[in-house]
This record gives sequence, C-alpha cells and structure tokens, in this order.
Amino acid sequence: MMHQATSRTDPADAFIERLTDCGAFPLRASGIDILQLNITRRCNLSCKHCHVQAGPRRTEMMSRETMTRCIEVAGTEEISTIDITGGTPEMHQDLEWLIIKLAALKKRLIVRSNLLVMLEPAYRRYLDVFAANKVELVGSLPDCNAEKSDRQRGVGTFERVLQAIGELNQRSYGVPGSGLRLHLVHNPVGAYLPGPQAALEAEYRRLLGDRHGLSFNTLFCLVNTPIGRYLDYLKRSGNLSDYMRALQCAFNPQTVTSVMCRTTLSVGWDGRLYDCDFNQMLNLTVNSGAPDHIEAFDYARLAGREIMVRSHCFACTAGAGSSCQGALKT
Amino acid sequence: MNETYYERRDLEDFPHIGEYAPEPGAKFFEYYATATSAGKLTAREKALIALAVATVRHCPYCIDAYTNKCLSLGVGNDEMMEAVHVGAALVAGDTLAHATQMRKIIKQKEM
Repeated sequence: MMHQATSRTDPADAFIERLTDCGAFPLRASGIDILQLNITRRCNLSCKHCHVQAGPRRTEMMSRETMTRCIEVAGTEEISTIDITGGTPEMHQDLEWLIIKLAALKKRLIVRSNLLVMLEPAYRRYLDVFAANKVELVGSLPDCNAEKSDRQRGVGTFERVLQAIGELNQRSYGVPGSGLRLHLVHNPVGAYLPGPQAALEAEYRRLLGDRHGLSFNTLFCLVNTPIGRYLDYLKRSGNLSDYMRALQCAFNPQTVTSVMCRTTLSVGWDGRLYDCDFNQMLNLTVNSGAPDHIEAFDYARLAGREIMVRSHCFACTAGAGSSCQGALKT
Repeated sequence: MNETYYERRDLEDFPHIGEYAPEPGAKFFEYYATATSAGKLTAREKALIALAVATVRHCPYCIDAYTNKCLSLGVGNDEMMEAVHVGAALVAGDTLAHATQMRKIIKQKEM
C-alpha cells in the first residue's frame, strides 16, 4: 500500500508532522462502527458555512440501487450506527423508504436535518415518520442568538428552527426518557473555535429552555472545517491564515486516537467511499488498496485502511476535538 | 529582530513564558488556569471579567484572547460591550475619586 506524499510542498505536511510526532502516522481506521450516507446535496437553505455547498439548485441524489446496496452493507455485524446526511435528507424522494428499510435492522439510526424543512407542507410527514421509526435526530442550530444564527443560515431561520423543535418536543423528541433523541449542533458563526461543549450546552439550555420552554438531549459542538463555503468565507474575509494557525496551535494529540474517520465510512450520493464527509467534498476517496465504491464493499479491507489526511484535518484535532458527534473530549 | 514591540504572533509564545524560570512559570500557569476556569462563577462570566480588565489594561494580547474566548462561549457582542463599559466606568470613577486629593489640597491651600 502506498503511503501519502510527504514532500515539503504537500499541504498535508504540517498535519502529517503532528501525527508523526505523536506516533500516529499513518493514521489507520480501527473498524467501521458508523456508516454515514450522504444521500443528496440538495437543500432548501444555502448556509454560509456549509462544507457541502448544498443548496436548492444541487441535483445530486443517491439512486435507489445504491441505497439498496447501502442497506445490505448496513447489515454488517460490526456496523452499529447508520448516519444519514446531506444536503437535506428530507428532500430526497426515497428517504422514507430508506428509513423504513434501515429501521428494520434495529440499529442506531441517525438523520441530520436542518429541522425547519419539516415545517414545509411537502415534508411535514417526516415529523411523524422519524418518530414512528425511532430515528435519532441531529439538528443544526449554530448559535442560540437569533441574529447570529440568522447571519449564517438566512433571515428568519432561527425562529423557524425553534418552531420545529417545539413540534418535535410535542412528539416527545428531546424529552428525557422518551427514547426519542434530539441533539442540536453548534458551530461558530465566524472565524473562531467553539468553546467547551458543556458550557455552551448550559447556555443553550438556559436560552432555549428558560425562555422558550424547549428541550433537547445533547449539544454537539463542531469546529468549522476550512473547506467549501466556509473556506470561501475565510479567504474573502482575510481570516484564512489566522484560522489555520489557530487550528494548528490548538492541535491536541489526545484527540488523535478518537477522530471519527477511524471508525466511520462515508458513502457519497454516487456510492463512492470516503474516510469522512469532508474528504467526500474534496473528492478524496479512500486510499488505493481499499475498495472505493459501495458496490465493492469489503469490511476486512476497509476496516484497517490508511486514512487520507490533509490540512483540513486540523479541525478535528483542535482543542477538545470535533466530530459529527460533537467534541471528542469533554 | 522585528521593528515593532507588539506582534500578533507573540500571543502564541505565551505558553512558553516559563522559559528561564520554569518553577514560578509553572506555578503561574497553575494559578492562571484555576483563576480563569469555571468555579462559583461560570466560564462566560469569568471571560467577560477578563475582557473588561484586558481592555482597561490596554493589553492587545489579552483583548485578542478574551474576545475570541467570549465569541467561543457564545457571549453576545452587546454583552461584551457592556462589560467594557463597566471597565470604562470604573476607570472614570477611579479618576474622579482621585479628584478628592485635589479638592482636599485646594481647600487646605485657599484662603
């Protein structure tokens, strides 16, 4: 198997050096616990930080054939969690069919939603479809300040997300003990890193709970990854250099063993395989030597694959670390 | 040698300030971490106090560090500005309170 280039001009150099310093290069997967399916890049929003660069004009949709193969793979014994993302998964015409098939596997089933799409008449049924199939929901709410949140996602989005959370709470989502889990996602509205997850979660609970009577299970704090629209913003605002330095200065060796790519396999809308959703947006498929398409899925060959790392990987190892499940160290 | 005393990247050197005197350096950082971490006061309350002090003390490094920390903790821009006004008011009050010395001297000296 070929190791990744380590020439001095390679943009991944700095990250590879840090991994080497802590004896973790090459970084390898330690199994596949989470199968993450990015089924569409279409979205009803065009958020300024979106690494997928999702929006209403995107047309990429996973085919029923590829979904069928994903369902077969999701049945693999070692895979405990199926994580559906996008874009906005609700805007894929086959999402309900997919959820019913995957729910039958009796595994942890996650859908990442912008939540407010479920207020639109065409997608309202998902409030009940998710509840009926005990889907765990992860909803974006970048800040609990309305003005800041709207600056990232669009005017009026904050109020609509609160309305959607209210509807979900009525169906027992986010209510402790109900078995219907609703997590929220915080990510900084600007060129800075998130604070401690526990402190921010307390602030979200204070503002959403005390002021609006809303509840949720957990707050996931995500570091913005410098790719896609967020990278464009960093360049446009003159923050790229400072942000990359901030990420590098915040490198935490203790996060390396638990970065999500070590236990995740990301599937693109066209069935191609990636180490994570970020690599997917950079068209950086799993490395040579391991199958790079769901049709050729081979657990044994993918479970110990070498992870493709680049400079954006610093976002997952900064401070408390960052993953699709929030901070790595709390 | 750079021609300016203050450089933005100096802030990155702060963790190495114990160089040449490691023992007091280590004790300082232990004290610093304890004093600025959440205790009876929350992390955001302490960050706002630190921001006000940093502004009053005109420390560009601390202003940079604690503005970013406040942003990271979800502190509102209006809350940050209110904290700076507390610092500014204290500086103004401190200045005016010292007018007492002037007034005492005037009353002593004038006929």
